[in-house]
Amino acid sequence: MAIEVRIPTILRTYTDGEKSVTGEGATLSALIDDLESSHSGIKDRLLDGGDLRRFVNVYVNDEDVRFLGGLETELKDGDQVVVLPAVAGG
Amino acid sequence: MLRLDRATYDGIVAHAKRDHPVEACGVVAGPAGSDRAERLVEMVNAAGSPTFYEFDTTDLFQLYKQMDADDEEPVVVYHSHTATEAYPSRTDIGLAMEPNAHYVLVSTREHGNNDGPVEFRSYRIVDGEVTEEQVELVDGSSTTRSTA
Repeated sequence: MAIEVRIPTILRTYTDGEKSVTGEGATLSALIDDLESSHSGIKDRLLDGGDLRRFVNVYVNDEDVRFLGGLETELKDGDQVVVLPAVAGG
Repeated sequence: MLRLDRATYDGIVAHAKRDHPVEACGVVAGPAGSDRAERLVEMVNAAGSPTFYEFDTTDLFQLYKQMDADDEEPVVVYHSHTATEAYPSRTDIGLAMEPNAHYVLVSTREHGNNDGPVEFRSYRIVDGEVTEEQVELVDGSSTTRSTA
């Protein structure tokens, strides 16, 4: 089971500069744990206290996971996951 | 230094004035690695606020998908301040996630929706550190001539 994960510029320090990595997991939560095992430190940049960080967006097959099942969104082989930090400020 | 053509500069200023008193926001995309700000993309401020801006998450996705397909990146990320100076707020600094971008701030506090000068300033924001940079305006046709 392979899921492609697109990594934004700011997090490529965790992926040796790679724009895209592969991981596995039956849910987004499991995928993030799997990413952490090969890209140590990345989980903390995505999650805060067990939830997705407020200013981090994750999309599964073009859909914001906040409109799907959040961290429990189910994944299957071939899905594409995109991580994008919010563009926001005050 | 940020180099910007006059039409793009005018477009950003017009957007900021039009949306005042709500903060306006957008990007200027350009070829990845080129540092050339070429394609102005006005974004909707999903927060609809005079003190906060945020790209709508679906629009954000479409924007990055398009840039990715065209091998572009956000060369400029801009937004307006409608009651304060054109300097990054603490929130701006905390949420700046594009280390390669020029962060442009426009302040409309002086003239609001009306004609008149605005503050237009550009910064690098990397790891919480703000560095102001010069903005050089170029006339599209004259830069073409200068390379001849």
